Amino acid sequence: MIIQLKEIEICSAHFSRKLTRPLFSERVQAGFPSPADRHIEDRIDLNQELIRHPLATFYVRVIGDSMVDEGIFPGTLLVVDRAEQTKSGDIVLARINADVCVKELSIGDDGSVWLLSKNSSYAPIEITEEMEFEVWGRVMWSITPHPLQ
Amino acid sequence: MPQAIALLDCNNFYASCERIFDARLHKRPIVVLSNNDGCIISRSDEAKEAGVPMGAKLFKVAGLIDETGGEIFSSNYELYGDMSARVMENLAEFTPEIEVYSIDEAFLGLGESKKSFTAIGREIQEAIEKRTGLPVSIGIAETKTLAKLANRLARESKKAKGVLDLFRSPYSELALKRTEVGKVWGIGPNYARTLVENKVKTAFDLREMDLRRARKLLSVVGARIVMELRGIQTLPLDLDPPPRRSITCSRSFGQNVFELKVLREAVAVFLAQAAEKLRRHCLAAHSVTIFISTNRFNAPSEFYSNAQTYSSAYPTDINHELQAWTFDSLDKIFQAGFAYHKTGIVLSGLVPADKLTTRMFDETKWQRFRSVMKAVDEINRKFGRNTVRLAIANPDGAWQGKCAYRSPRYTTRFDEVMRVQ
Repeated sequence: MIIQLKEIEICSAHFSRKLTRPLFSERVQAGFPSPADRHIEDRIDLNQELIRHPLATFYVRVIGDSMVDEGIFPGTLLVVDRAEQTKSGDIVLARINADVCVKELSIGDDGSVWLLSKNSSYAPIEITEEMEFEVWGRVMWSITPHPLQ
Repeated sequence: MPQAIALLDCNNFYASCERIFDARLHKRPIVVLSNNDGCIISRSDEAKEAGVPMGAKLFKVAGLIDETGGEIFSSNYELYGDMSARVMENLAEFTPEIEVYSIDEAFLGLGESKKSFTAIGREIQEAIEKRTGLPVSIGIAETKTLAKLANRLARESKKAKGVLDLFRSPYSELALKRTEVGKVWGIGPNYARTLVENKVKTAFDLREMDLRRARKLLSVVGARIVMELRGIQTLPLDLDPPPRRSITCSRSFGQNVFELKVLREAVAVFLAQAAEKLRRHCLAAHSVTIFISTNRFNAPSEFYSNAQTYSSAYPTDINHELQAWTFDSLDKIFQAGFAYHKTGIVLSGLVPADKLTTRMFDETKWQRFRSVMKAVDEINRKFGRNTVRLAIANPDGAWQGKCAYRSPRYTTRFDEVMRVQ
């Protein structure tokens, strides 16, 4: 396939763009040095704190209410890591046939696989042979906005 | 020098990118269109099976795609570019020797290892698939040309499951015999015809060809391919691409353009894009070339194409200077009465922006503009391209191409991320 590279703008994901900040390394010539000088390190960078595998991390917006008891509401933003291993009890993004949903992964002692909602009005889903099932990624964080009034 | 060379290729790359973020597309035919929604440039396996040909015009196959339950997409280069970068950056974990060959292909140098090359290839394949969701094929062999060949077979063969190691393999000969000569990397349709006429039908025949005869029939390039097929590296990995010589930005229009004003609008948008890239790489340009053209299939009397370069002693990286240079050229070459189909600009004479000579007359003013551009870039990065722009740079102008079926830019725009129930 011939690809016209010149027309492609590669946007590498800026996972960690630090803000420029004064790192008070230079002493002011006149006056007293700030007693805080020695303690200034670096500010907290959420990209670094919340994302383990930047190249495998994707953001997803929730539109349903099946996970409200887990603190995942319509409008919540999920930080989903595809590289992370998943086990029973994890909150995952899962695909069943042509649908993707966010659920708790539950694997029974007998090897049966279930997807559990966290809302009493939704029934658990058992994964059967006929279903095409795939864990899309592990939900690492959910970020829920509290909008300004 | 690496021991073996692997070629990694993302299967049906654009179509696969679409499928990751849209579960409804599972097992359905997917096609992706070129700029302006012209013709098909990527197909899922299901679309191939449905008989949708590569390169077909949309209107010719729209019915077929619809009947087979398929889905059509305009190209979404923001998404593909980001997914490509993720693949390539992931590869760095497996080897330091990477040549990014295209948006969806990379050559990798593989060194000495206790594991078999097949095992390494499988590991890379599984990692990329898990982390990005993209299916990939990997071919491994002694040279780039053989790795390409192995890659093709890796994808076609059910048994290989996407990884085929032909490095010093007893199957190498069989693989070459199974590959038509026209499918060998670097053998175009003309060479292929000449070769078949000379009874060289497969890659194996080509490998066995006398070198002098190959040179006579196919020139030095052909002889090099023969060497590569024999397992002798003549095309080493290109690990650090040469510094940028130029930045090009061009596009065909969604519809014909007759007015100078509309051409200017388009040119200004391309310039803004190219200038942003220039600054991102800390470069400045001495020259800018503009070209304009009508449709090349037009009758000779309706065909017009021209280009003009403006060069300055003082290189620049700020939009309105580049724009003034370009408009000066555009005014010279614009001819009224033609239906323009395409325009583009090329920035060249690139130099590092931090080592510029001081300007004789307007240094202070110029430096002030440069800080303005810095602020503009920062704002556009944050709020989206063209948020702040010169008024003439009209991103929604009449020249804009069609992209009626573009999917959300799932990974690069905060308000377009994937949605789940």
